[in-house]
Amino acid sequence: MDTFLQQIINGLTLGSVYAIVALGYTMVYGIIQLINFAHGEVVMIGAMVAYSTIVALSGGTGLPPALVLASGVAAAIPVCMAVGYALERVAYRPLRHAPRLAPLITAIGLSIILQHLALIVWSRNPLPYPQIIATVTYQITATAGGATITNVQIAIIGGSLATMALLLFLVYRTKLGIAMRAVAQNQQVAGLMGIDINRVISLTFVIGAGLAAIAGVMVGSYYGIAHYQMGFILGLKAFSAAVLGGIGNLGGAMLGGLLLGIIEALGAGYVGDLTNLCNLSGWSTALAQRCAVDSNLTLFGSNYQDVFAFLVLIAVLVFRPSGLLGERVSDRA
Amino acid sequence: MTAAAPSPDVPATGGAHVLLAARGITKRFGGVQALSDVGFTINHGEIYGLIGPNGAGKTSLFNVLTGIYAPDGGEFVFDGNPLMNMKPNEVARRGIARTFQNIRLFGNLSALENVMIGRHVRTRAGVVGAIVRNAATRAEERAIHERAYELLEYVGVAAHANRFAKHLAYGDQRRLEIARALATEPKLLALDEPAAGMNATETASLKRLLAAIRGDGVTILLIEHDMKLVMSICDRVLVLDYGKKIAEGSAADVQKDPKVIAAYLGGEISLELPAR
Amino acid sequence: MPGLIDARHRKRLAWAGVVVVAIVLAILPFALAQVGTAWVRITNTAILYVFLALGLNIVVGFAGLLDLGYIAFYAVGAYVYALLASPHFNLHLPFWIILPIGAALACVFGVLLGTPTLKLRGDYLAIVTLGFGEIIRIFLNNLARPVNITNGPQGIAQIDPVRIGDINFATTQQVLGVAVTGPIKYYYLLLLLMIAVVAINVRLQDSRIGRAWEAVREDEVAARAMGINTRNIKLLAFAMGASFGGVAGGMFSAIQGFISPESFGLVESVMVLAMVVLGGMGNVWGVILGAILLSFVPEILRYTVEPAQKAIFGRLLLEPEVIRMLLFGFALVLMMLFRPAGIVPSSVRKRELESRRA
Ligand SMILES: Nc1ncnc2c1ncn2[C@@H]1O[C@H](COP(=O)(O)OP(=O)(O)OP(=O)(O)O)[C@@H](O)[C@H]1O
Ligand SMILES: [Mg+2]
Repeated sequence: MDTFLQQIINGLTLGSVYAIVALGYTMVYGIIQLINFAHGEVVMIGAMVAYSTIVALSGGTGLPPALVLASGVAAAIPVCMAVGYALERVAYRPLRHAPRLAPLITAIGLSIILQHLALIVWSRNPLPYPQIIATVTYQITATAGGATITNVQIAIIGGSLATMALLLFLVYRTKLGIAMRAVAQNQQVAGLMGIDINRVISLTFVIGAGLAAIAGVMVGSYYGIAHYQMGFILGLKAFSAAVLGGIGNLGGAMLGGLLLGIIEALGAGYVGDLTNLCNLSGWSTALAQRCAVDSNLTLFGSNYQDVFAFLVLIAVLVFRPSGLLGERVSDRA
Repeated sequence: MTAAAPSPDVPATGGAHVLLAARGITKRFGGVQALSDVGFTINHGEIYGLIGPNGAGKTSLFNVLTGIYAPDGGEFVFDGNPLMNMKPNEVARRGIARTFQNIRLFGNLSALENVMIGRHVRTRAGVVGAIVRNAATRAEERAIHERAYELLEYVGVAAHANRFAKHLAYGDQRRLEIARALATEPKLLALDEPAAGMNATETASLKRLLAAIRGDGVTILLIEHDMKLVMSICDRVLVLDYGKKIAEGSAADVQKDPKVIAAYLGGEISLELPAR
Repeated sequence: MPGLIDARHRKRLAWAGVVVVAIVLAILPFALAQVGTAWVRITNTAILYVFLALGLNIVVGFAGLLDLGYIAFYAVGAYVYALLASPHFNLHLPFWIILPIGAALACVFGVLLGTPTLKLRGDYLAIVTLGFGEIIRIFLNNLARPVNITNGPQGIAQIDPVRIGDINFATTQQVLGVAVTGPIKYYYLLLLLMIAVVAINVRLQDSRIGRAWEAVREDEVAARAMGINTRNIKLLAFAMGASFGGVAGGMFSAIQGFISPESFGLVESVMVLAMVVLGGMGNVWGVILGAILLSFVPEILRYTVEPAQKAIFGRLLLEPEVIRMLLFGFALVLMMLFRPAGIVPSSVRKRELESRRA
């Protein structure tokens, strides 16, 4: 049972990061019905900027580690917001009435550009995230070697919950939030009511990018590594999470993110055992002999972890394209 | 070709051969009851009008008929066979072609190509034929080309055959959509507000075109807000209001119906008498 | 009748043009070999990309389906070739058997991926295909255990070259006293394949099927209302594109002699997409030009920018690889923003301009 508990904890940690990134996809989708392909790259930029800040400040300035980390986040957020704003201005606004393929292709181009600009600035190699706050591991179960949780995991889960609460407050309790929801409902009418649509759309991108910055720092600290291509897979997974929850739906993105994290962790934790051919030893003596030498005959090991998100994505799109919490939408004839 | 006899439970009006019978058609969009229990029959060779105030459910009826939306209840019988759960392409193959209220041409293709695409459903060439270009494929391609050009001439936009559909004038786009629909060799041509945005001259020539199409043996189902046109060309008219059928009959009878007058007085369109 | 003479004159000119192009293409590899065999190889890669781009053009350009996992089909073709013609399994089947197998398997993958996803809206399809490309790469990287199928990240080496009778495409042979190197032989083989795929593209575009694809691209609802079975017609485009990818992959294996999962990443998918976009999606000649440009410009940059940087800054600031990727990125963005119809106008547009002048 301990593997199970442990994987749930790991899954929740990753899942809360997915949730925050998924929120960025879902907000933009909700408001202009477009997938912001370059969103994963914004996460990467966030991780990179925070990395540089932390490295710069932790070198003998004597600042307390928590402050250094906070400065990293504080530096990443405005940079990412600027990137998010630029993305909207360059890739989406001029093409808002173009065929759907056009903004998608522009966004792919921008992702490639962002990736390689990051490569130029931060090098091709994976950057080791400085461990400025020592990792503390807490035992959850009484038995030795049982499930554990680290202070980093607690910080990530707690931090994302706080971020999500803040976002919900913003969307449901502020004037800007009302304007965002109005534009999402009906752009024309919102415009007639005196809402500056362009400003609201820009702000949506900016807020999503701010979330991405926070997520970037979390991923960097969790895996202890930042890389110019880290945004690609992460973005794909977060998008899958948004679709799983029902794209365009904030609650859906959170639920989808957490679920996807757990599915992935459980999948990675169990797929090796489940697909171990030695399970079938009872059927074949040859197999049993082979397994006596090496009991690890797994068909699919945990290195297939990245596959689960896509399988979930495809399954959701096929069986319930509106996601868990989304409403069915159809093109009007 | 012998047409299938209408199924026994379809009432044949006045002994004429029924082409389309609708029974109990119902469609909801969330809270909106777009169509409730609508029934009617259209006879072969008729021009059948479908009118009603904005939002009455006319376009929704087209969408349900042509398989774009599945109805929540009711059924259509077309040419003796039920149209149940049919996809739009199957409906087109059966012989119902339509135009769209908000014009849906293939904008970045030429006018001629638009009509040639209409021939798709009545032609056969596949990938292999396209690549090897055997005699049969070449002959078919020539026939498609010729027929498409004829249709462009028929509706009067042949002069623009090589221009992008999106660059055509509004009235020409509406005519092009009709040509494209005719290319599928429909038995029933369903037109959604073909005169919308046309001036009086264009409407007059549209009226001649519709008469000619009917003369060629194609039955027409016409949604139109231009009452003058409806009253002067339709054999019978069905009036929808809030998704319900409120009247059906000859143009002259319908426009005297107090329920129809009430529905329109509540709306923004005045019921004009046909010009004599 | 000046019009008639004019037409005949124009036709003769067109034929003269074809002959000139044919002669140039025929002697090109020998001319390039004078500069360096590397340039023959670069040209071969360019032709392979033309082939790939035209395959993707059917999917993206004609049918309007944004397939971002196209390179996965290329990978399938490449691995089929590598597994069936290398010491890895000790199989050495001839290339004319393997290429069709690779094409067929890629086609099967295309249909498997397309069947559930093609009813989705275009942007979802883009993401799903992107994910599919990643899945294939993950499998290629990991299918080395417990049974070694793909040899994992190390890839497969010593892949057989193409052999036709006595002609071995990896060695130099004397033909009529002229030394014909391996790359030059591959050049002619690739040229033949490319002419075939160009012809197929051109003929398909101007056919009942091609028009149906374009109808789906322009307006799916209207296409269905016109009686087009949009699901089947999209699947057809997807499957055909995949098969072309499979054939190209097989050729890639044979020419390189070594493949590994690294060659089939997102970068390659984006590159091929950039070629299609640069040329103007759906415009066959434009796509050819786009593929040639985006294959050669980075190589030219490699030979100019690299020494230039060393001369000016004393070291390499920007690796050519990075410049190449930035080039693709900017090509995608700038084309979409400023010339969505591509660098050369399509035939329809040209006809339209003519008819307007008339
Ligand atoms: N796809 C849809 N989703 C939600 N509601 C819809 C949809 N299509 C139609 N409706 C609603 O159904 C009702 C009937 O609409 P419909 O378009 O059929 O009216 P109409 O008679 O064609 O009106 P008009 O004369 O303005 O074209 C309207 O209230 C409309 O808002
Ligand atoms: Mg309508």
